[in-house]
Amino acid sequence: MGKTLAEKVWDDHVVVKGEDGAPDLIYIDLHLVHEVTSPQAFDGLRQAGRAMRRTDLTVATEDHNTPTLEIDKPIQDPTSRKQIETLRENAAEFGVRIHSLGDKEQGIVHLVGPQLGLTMPGVTVVCGDSHTSTHGAFGAMAFGIGTSEVEHVMATQTLPLKPFKTMAINVEGELRPGVTAKDIILAVIAKTGTGGGAGYVFEYRGSAIRALSVEGRMTICNMSIEAGARAGMVAPDETTFAYVKDKPHAPQGADWDAAVEYWKTLPTDDDAVFDNEIFIDANELEPFVTWGTNPGQGVSLSGEVPAPDSFTDPTDRAAAERALEYMDLQPGTKLKDIPVDTVFIGSCTNSRVEDLTAAAEIIRGKQKADGVKVMVVPGSARVRLEAEALGLDKVFKDFGAEWRFAGCSMCLGMNPDQLAPGERCASTSNRNFEGRQGKGGRTHLVSPLVAAATAIRGTLSSPWDLEQTIGEEA
Amino acid sequence: MEKISTLTGTIVPLERSNVDTDQIIPAVFLKRVTKTGYDDALFHSWRQDPDFVLNQEPYKRGGVLVVGHDFGTGSSREHAVWALRDFGFTAVLGPRFGEIFRGNAGKQGLLVGQISEETMEALWAVAKASPGAEITVDLEARTATADGVSHDFQIDDYTRWRLLEGLDDIALTLRDEASITAFEAKRPSWMPTTQPVREGTQ
Repeated sequence: MGKTLAEKVWDDHVVVKGEDGAPDLIYIDLHLVHEVTSPQAFDGLRQAGRAMRRTDLTVATEDHNTPTLEIDKPIQDPTSRKQIETLRENAAEFGVRIHSLGDKEQGIVHLVGPQLGLTMPGVTVVCGDSHTSTHGAFGAMAFGIGTSEVEHVMATQTLPLKPFKTMAINVEGELRPGVTAKDIILAVIAKTGTGGGAGYVFEYRGSAIRALSVEGRMTICNMSIEAGARAGMVAPDETTFAYVKDKPHAPQGADWDAAVEYWKTLPTDDDAVFDNEIFIDANELEPFVTWGTNPGQGVSLSGEVPAPDSFTDPTDRAAAERALEYMDLQPGTKLKDIPVDTVFIGSCTNSRVEDLTAAAEIIRGKQKADGVKVMVVPGSARVRLEAEALGLDKVFKDFGAEWRFAGCSMCLGMNPDQLAPGERCASTSNRNFEGRQGKGGRTHLVSPLVAAATAIRGTLSSPWDLEQTIGEEA
Repeated sequence: MEKISTLTGTIVPLERSNVDTDQIIPAVFLKRVTKTGYDDALFHSWRQDPDFVLNQEPYKRGGVLVVGHDFGTGSSREHAVWALRDFGFTAVLGPRFGEIFRGNAGKQGLLVGQISEETMEALWAVAKASPGAEITVDLEARTATADGVSHDFQIDDYTRWRLLEGLDDIALTLRDEASITAFEAKRPSWMPTTQPVREGTQ
């Protein structure tokens, strides 16, 4: 029997095969580090008198706490500043490469790996951050870990890991204009729920996935964790190779040829069997939006806020009731009638050049709705530079949006970028949990296109609604 | 890590599903660089409500938390485990957990056991009928006993063994250091390295 992509990458990284129920010891090719989940790990090494095994497979950046305004000034919050200073001190002490605030490679850790060419097919990637699943878009095995595991990787460059099950997420067909990778993954999570992926590595397959750019595939793999999956992957193909080629740390010369030859062996064999599979019809997909307080609580934007009674599982019904109360929404309300206070375009889900370009195309030459705050936060300093080279900063500023510096920003509000209590936000990020974007803040997860259209109209909207508006004006 | 064999504590019912780690500990509390002192941060938003279970006697000192399905989903923050431990929880029982959370708990000596929906309902009912009722969690036997009834729970063999023995993961792995070195010798030369820094051609 053939093997799946995930099984191939896994098997090629087994250092010691586990026996009698013990986990396999898996080698880690790339360890990404940021300021929030690493200080206690570095401390652990120090206390045990252990060195880092492979600083040459490790890279650090500052992202969660960093301000997106006035980055040349000292960070105001003393605890944020302390955490970042601690990372800098630890990196210096242990010899870890670091991209600090102000460096052109600084940014959200999940943009840094790909843009440096460190993320590539067939490698294993870990980081103390659940959205490490992003890197699976290249055909890498990538997953988030806790701080104890961060310390473990620092000390041993391996992790003891239990075997996984595989699930094929088949997305066949062609997306309609205005429908994006974000809508695919929100639809997948609405189908699986937040726990349906538990124990699985997802492989996203089918013509709609093949047609996506690597950036779109990153958006999808990024949110695998929101379905509870350990990781999400897409088989590498010519699109992937073209994206990796000539990045700073991509293989060169004979190494490149050897790498591509290996990468071409990675896609799932025709006779491989998945433990489970689900099907999504890309032709039928519409722009998607969440109404509740977990990423599985989503529907098509053309729909209505559901009634809790429509859920058969009693705990799901109770969760829906709680969610509607928190979100201050009534069952039956049309989603398109919901006004927002803030639009956030950013996060490791949707802050790459392609995302910013797509949003800019929608708003070009228009004005944002009155009273709506629009914040655009490029994922990395490099993305910011590239976007400015394309003139996107001017498009956003002319529209009335704020053009910020790179970081995690309002995705989780560890820096000053937070919603006020009761504020409602259309956000291109990945989590609509209670208080995620600021205490009492209310989040609707959307694509960059929906975020842009919403910023124009002031209520949850897609580009489809915009065309109607334009028609009416004419 | 201390060895665990049996744990006895108050059943603390948290009758909610999909409790993500942002609820267990909001991001603003992740800025510290220490591993302890997170008890006040646990369920910080929900504890603003005087009716929240952890604000009630006899639940203010922790015990064994019994939760709905999909507890600990979302962010990888190990701070969620530290906060539960600091508050006084020694075990969490529920029908399904976020995997990173469960892994983190195992590393930190917080016992996470998977129970059926029926057991969850039964334990919530015991707590409702007699608030403050205790439960004894036997890791060796994989049973949780409350109100004279013994319920099975699941925990994987490896985590159970490590908890019973109180073993440190890194020390265990370093027993295989020769295998790691041998593996490294065979890694292909095209694999990525972060140092020396390359500026690239773009």
